[in-house]
Amino acid sequence: MPVEVYRIDDRLIHGQVVVGWGQPLDIAFVVLVDDAAAESDWEQDLYRMGVPPGMAVSFMDVASAAAAISTWQGDRRRGLVLTGDIDTMRRLTEAAPQVRAVNLGGVHHAPGRTQRLRYIFLSPEEEAMLRAMVARGVSVTAQDVPGARMVPLDQLLAGTDLS
Amino acid sequence: MSEARSPRALVAAHGDLAAGLVSGVEAITGRGTAFIALSNRGLSPGDIERAIRETVDAGGIEVVFTDLPMGSCAIAARKVQRHQHGLLVVTGANLATLLDFAMADDLTPRAAAERAVQRGRDALGTISVPPNAG
Repeated sequence: MPVEVYRIDDRLIHGQVVVGWGQPLDIAFVVLVDDAAAESDWEQDLYRMGVPPGMAVSFMDVASAAAAISTWQGDRRRGLVLTGDIDTMRRLTEAAPQVRAVNLGGVHHAPGRTQRLRYIFLSPEEEAMLRAMVARGVSVTAQDVPGARMVPLDQLLAGTDLS
Repeated sequence: MSEARSPRALVAAHGDLAAGLVSGVEAITGRGTAFIALSNRGLSPGDIERAIRETVDAGGIEVVFTDLPMGSCAIAARKVQRHQHGLLVVTGANLATLLDFAMADDLTPRAAAERAVQRGRDALGTISVPPNAG
């Protein structure tokens, strides 16, 4: 499976992604699916600065990413696909049924959100989007770094464990 | 005993690193108050950017030290810098960097940071003992 992780992380490309996941999984390419970043040269330069030599990074909107997933699946390198919010990943999974598992890596505090884990805060609308993904057969789990406990969505939404 | 000094720079880093670095500066020189420490723990990217912007604005801060070049603190600082061109963002800051900055009263914050970066680089190294050493 050339795309190892489909991750939601509002910090986008940062240390946890590049080092925490990138090194142990031998990630060779990162795709940031973000409509705004896909149109901003300044943001692309900013995030390229954070990617080490040997790791390719590209920026796409949802439609382009959905169309490219088949290509990535034929790639011999390992990749990580990243969105900055739940709605973007929802749209990607709807447009690309090949996406079977989603990692909730970091959704931080904002007005209207409730804390579910130390690194996950969700609004009712976001919870509904995640439930809808699961209903379509997508596995949704929370895990900030590879060595951390993987928390399935139902436990995440039902539990009070904020570890 | 610590000398009371106005903050000249912000240190923004992962976890407790910023507070730890500033604590180290205080322990060694008594000049920890030259810095304001900011952790990214539990903060959204927008929160980090806002905290940096507010700290910089409130204190007239011209230098932000960060840890990883690809870290969320460095990225947030760069976003603040985009609209505040006078701000200098330092990445990869270590204790040697901050110590040199803290002692450079005779330099402007920007000049002190430029020199401190070199000191921080110079402090990185490896030390080994040859296998046949006594």
